Amino acid sequence: MGNIPKLIIKRLALGVFVLWVVSLFIFLGVSLLPGDVATEILGQSALPETVAAFRHELGLDLPLHIRYVHWLGGLLTGDLGHSLANGRAVSQLIGERLGNTLFLAGVAACFSVPVSLLLGLLTALYRGSVFDRFTNAVTLTWISFPEFFVAYILIMFFSVQAGWFPSLSTMREGDSFAHSLYLVTLPALTLTLVVTAHMMRMTRAAIISVLGSPFIEMAKLKGIGQRRIIVWHALPNALAPIINVVVIDLAYLIVGVVVVEVVFVYPGLGQLMIDSVQRRDITVVQACSLIFAATYVLLNMFADVLAIATNPRLMYPK
Amino acid sequence: MTKLDSVRGTKGDVILDVKGLRIRAKSKAGWAEIVKGIDLTLRRGEILGLIGESGAGKSTIGLAALGYVKPGCRITDGTILFAGEDLSELSEAELRRLRGVRIAYVAQSAAAAFNPAHRLIDQYTEVAVVHGIRDAASARAQAVELYRKLHLPNPESFGERFPHQVSGGQLQRAMVAMALACKPDIIVFDEPTTALDVTTQIEVLAAIKDVVRDFHTAAIYITHDLAVVAQLADRIMVLRHGDLVEEGNTRQILEQPSADYTRQLLRRDPPKRDTTTASRNILTVSSVDAAYGSIKVLHDVSLSVGEGTTVAVVGESGSGKSTLARVVTGLLPCSKGTLMFDGRAIDSSLRRRSLDLRRRIQLVHQMPDTSLNPRHRVREVLGRPLSFYHGLMGRLRTARIIELLEQIELDPTFLDRFPEELSGGQKQRLCIARALAAKADLIICDEVTSALDQSVAQGILRLLMDLQKNLRVSYLFITHDLQTVRAIADEVVVMNQGRIVEQGPKDEFFAPPHHPYTQLLLTSVPQMDPDWLDSIRETRAALARAVSLA
Repeated sequence: MGNIPKLIIKRLALGVFVLWVVSLFIFLGVSLLPGDVATEILGQSALPETVAAFRHELGLDLPLHIRYVHWLGGLLTGDLGHSLANGRAVSQLIGERLGNTLFLAGVAACFSVPVSLLLGLLTALYRGSVFDRFTNAVTLTWISFPEFFVAYILIMFFSVQAGWFPSLSTMREGDSFAHSLYLVTLPALTLTLVVTAHMMRMTRAAIISVLGSPFIEMAKLKGIGQRRIIVWHALPNALAPIINVVVIDLAYLIVGVVVVEVVFVYPGLGQLMIDSVQRRDITVVQACSLIFAATYVLLNMFADVLAIATNPRLMYPK
Repeated sequence: MTKLDSVRGTKGDVILDVKGLRIRAKSKAGWAEIVKGIDLTLRRGEILGLIGESGAGKSTIGLAALGYVKPGCRITDGTILFAGEDLSELSEAELRRLRGVRIAYVAQSAAAAFNPAHRLIDQYTEVAVVHGIRDAASARAQAVELYRKLHLPNPESFGERFPHQVSGGQLQRAMVAMALACKPDIIVFDEPTTALDVTTQIEVLAAIKDVVRDFHTAAIYITHDLAVVAQLADRIMVLRHGDLVEEGNTRQILEQPSADYTRQLLRRDPPKRDTTTASRNILTVSSVDAAYGSIKVLHDVSLSVGEGTTVAVVGESGSGKSTLARVVTGLLPCSKGTLMFDGRAIDSSLRRRSLDLRRRIQLVHQMPDTSLNPRHRVREVLGRPLSFYHGLMGRLRTARIIELLEQIELDPTFLDRFPEELSGGQKQRLCIARALAAKADLIICDEVTSALDQSVAQGILRLLMDLQKNLRVSYLFITHDLQTVRAIADEVVVMNQGRIVEQGPKDEFFAPPHHPYTQLLLTSVPQMDPDWLDSIRETRAALARAVSLA
């Protein structure tokens, strides 16, 4: 039982190291961008003295490594710094956007994960049937289209023609939960359509590969029905690959939603990051990137912990 | 307490009546018949032994008694009457009501047949609960009682364990318990002790014998080992290639078999030969320790193999005999001790051994299926070591391959076959030829005959001996089978828990006095005598105590 706390500690330590490496890459990468926030705000025609003064004010005239140390020092004390563009605290800027992103990802996950697992189970149960082939064909079709295309198709049908849902998901403070849910329906549906095929097909494949095991034949010879064989005998032995693919998709829902956010003008982290890159608002870009990296690290650790917790061989050694 | 020992019906009523059963299996050439019109009757309380070598159709017939055929097979003709209903005509749903409840199954490998994700007790109670015969609580109570009856350790908590947490023999008994959960009318035992060590096999056999008698259950007992089935069966059917060879009560089959094939199965004397003594040693292992990570598996092992002789290493699973093979080949460098080969100290790590040294020590595995690349033809399997070690190419190489094939008694038509086009015995011959292609001086044979039928195994043993006589090759022969030892060894080394407990010339090994562990091994080998199991149980129990104390 001591396995899991040990693993979590090890992974967290490794995660901190990974984040540090990522922070280096981000910092160097961002510093390679042409121009900076000063030229971006003051415009091309600004006098060189004005630009220099503005840079000095923001600390951009310091050497790269000093700036990095400053930034990292702030980070370690929990200070993400201030936006170069408008001077607001980065933590505050990001805070509400992160909330929105997690809300959208959460809604999409709550819908797509159970649906994918259920479809995976059903297609494994009725493999080779018309239902199986139909489901496979439809989900594969959705995954083959680019996200923005799926998004526009949904907008065309559900907001332009039917008028059921808004095509813009602009959230405002004070929106009720129900209203927020209503606003994110279409982006969440887009994301669901994009990730379902992946999870469903992995579930189906993992279960089918377990169905060839001798203990499945034994279950049949015990007179156990097909449904129970799939759910009780096959599924627990197929969990490891399923967990991994679900977690990768969850990470994608948080990190990879930029395009969907842009299409629906949804005020999420992805859109904030793109805007900040355009404005050369380095501090915000760095903070967003670190959050994305941390998401991957944490979710992967979560997947490994779950994989151990669901495997009796690892959970209960001899 | 539930009353377990309910007696249903009387011995004598026919409970299963199979008539003219024909089963076909899909093969490359269409549907091949694998069961060719078998009649079989089973009465209440009776144990029927089905015996035969691989391909006899005995497992297929056993599964058909549950109305089940493996994927890719179908019943083409005949009836399987159980309690008045023809199982071959019932729907899946109707069959499910019978399976596990009135007809139960015990599989060959309990380790594979138990679901690794669930506790033993949950897999036990599943049968009764799913079929609505008991609730979970009473099924649990009944399980504990059965576990106790089958002499499983700590019966109250035994079921809380996962399959990987208990030993092979315990798992097999847990499966017997599971089969008994609904007090079935018939249990089909499909080679339930084949995968076990001899000393464990005897315990499982005794447990099966007791519960089947106490529960008054009819049973079909499938095995390839006549001596095993002789301990349990009232009646025996001898099968071959899906046909019945002969049928009779156990004593009659053992004492007056009418068919030649049965006599052949009964004759267990392996090929014999005179022992040779060597003038010099080809391999000397001195005080070797070896470990997997922090788990030490070999303790102070010393032995030597004389040139042109055979040293048999005997032991049960976990005794360290295969680890010893890995140490000699250099796959697992030893942590202490030295290895000498042909008079010179050699490195314990394969990576630092010269090509020529690697050539001189070759290994033949237990499973030819997994040690032959399925995409290499015979020509490539044998050609590779010829060019790798000896630089042979072109026509010379082909000529040498044909010569090697002749040595293993295969003709040149085999050159372009893939392993899957060979029989199990032919595959193992090919593996031996591969070792010969390298011109090895020492061949390590790791259970090379264990996966083969007895008649095929004897052919392989004979081949190995002929090769030794002609080529002066030495063998380190790892086996758990004492019959094989009797046939081929010059010297015997007995291992138990990573240590050598006894070693010496073969004749001394088979003659008393024995080390207690050796005696336990020797007395565990089933004899062709229906009374053997009962007669041996007490003396064996005393021996087992002596070994565990030692």
